[in-house]
Amino acid sequence: MYWPIDLIVLTFVIFCAIAAIVVKDLLATAILFGAYSFMMCLLWAVMGAVDVAFTEASVGAGVSTVFFVAAIFRTSRRTKD
Amino acid sequence: MTDLLALIVAKYNYWLYVILMMIGLYAMIAKNNLIKKLVGMNIFQTAIILFYISIGYKKNATLPIIENVHGTGGGHIYAIDYINPLPHVLMLTAIVVSVATFGVAMALAVRVYQRYKTLEEDELRMRLSEK
Repeated sequence: MYWPIDLIVLTFVIFCAIAAIVVKDLLATAILFGAYSFMMCLLWAVMGAVDVAFTEASVGAGVSTVFFVAAIFRTSRRTKD
Repeated sequence: MTDLLALIVAKYNYWLYVILMMIGLYAMIAKNNLIKKLVGMNIFQTAIILFYISIGYKKNATLPIIENVHGTGGGHIYAIDYINPLPHVLMLTAIVVSVATFGVAMALAVRVYQRYKTLEEDELRMRLSEK
């Protein structure tokens, strides 16, 4: 684990997490959450957990973003906080 | 004081995981929208998974795949040369469980929206108390 990569990606993860919960549009939350999952996948690849990394890339960043967008199109995009 | 500072800097990843976990906890407790609460729950789960993966890591070790198992043999296999794969396998299950939880929770949120036409917690509480 080359520590600058780890630290930079971890900072991006925290940035994406904060942005995903403060943004006022749920579709933006969905996209930021997909970016969060993909950064998490990079972090696991850096730590040597390649099996976890590609499961997260397909299932976390792929399928759950699709679920999220489908749920938002069936409900509403607006949110108060 | 410098010892403490050195300890904090050396274990920087654990502090950042704690920050990530607290972001998730805050979103679960303080946010008003149900979907935002779900995002907070998922952030909390991934913070815990990240912690477990990181305790399986070793310095100067490689991926847990043994070369030449059926080959020439003779060479010894030392556990210190390989990253510990046990947390990886456990957390692989946790990822699948978290996606299943997320899907069921989204389905419930869609049903709640179809019935009450809102996803905000205070409006839902108002609708429920009207009846």
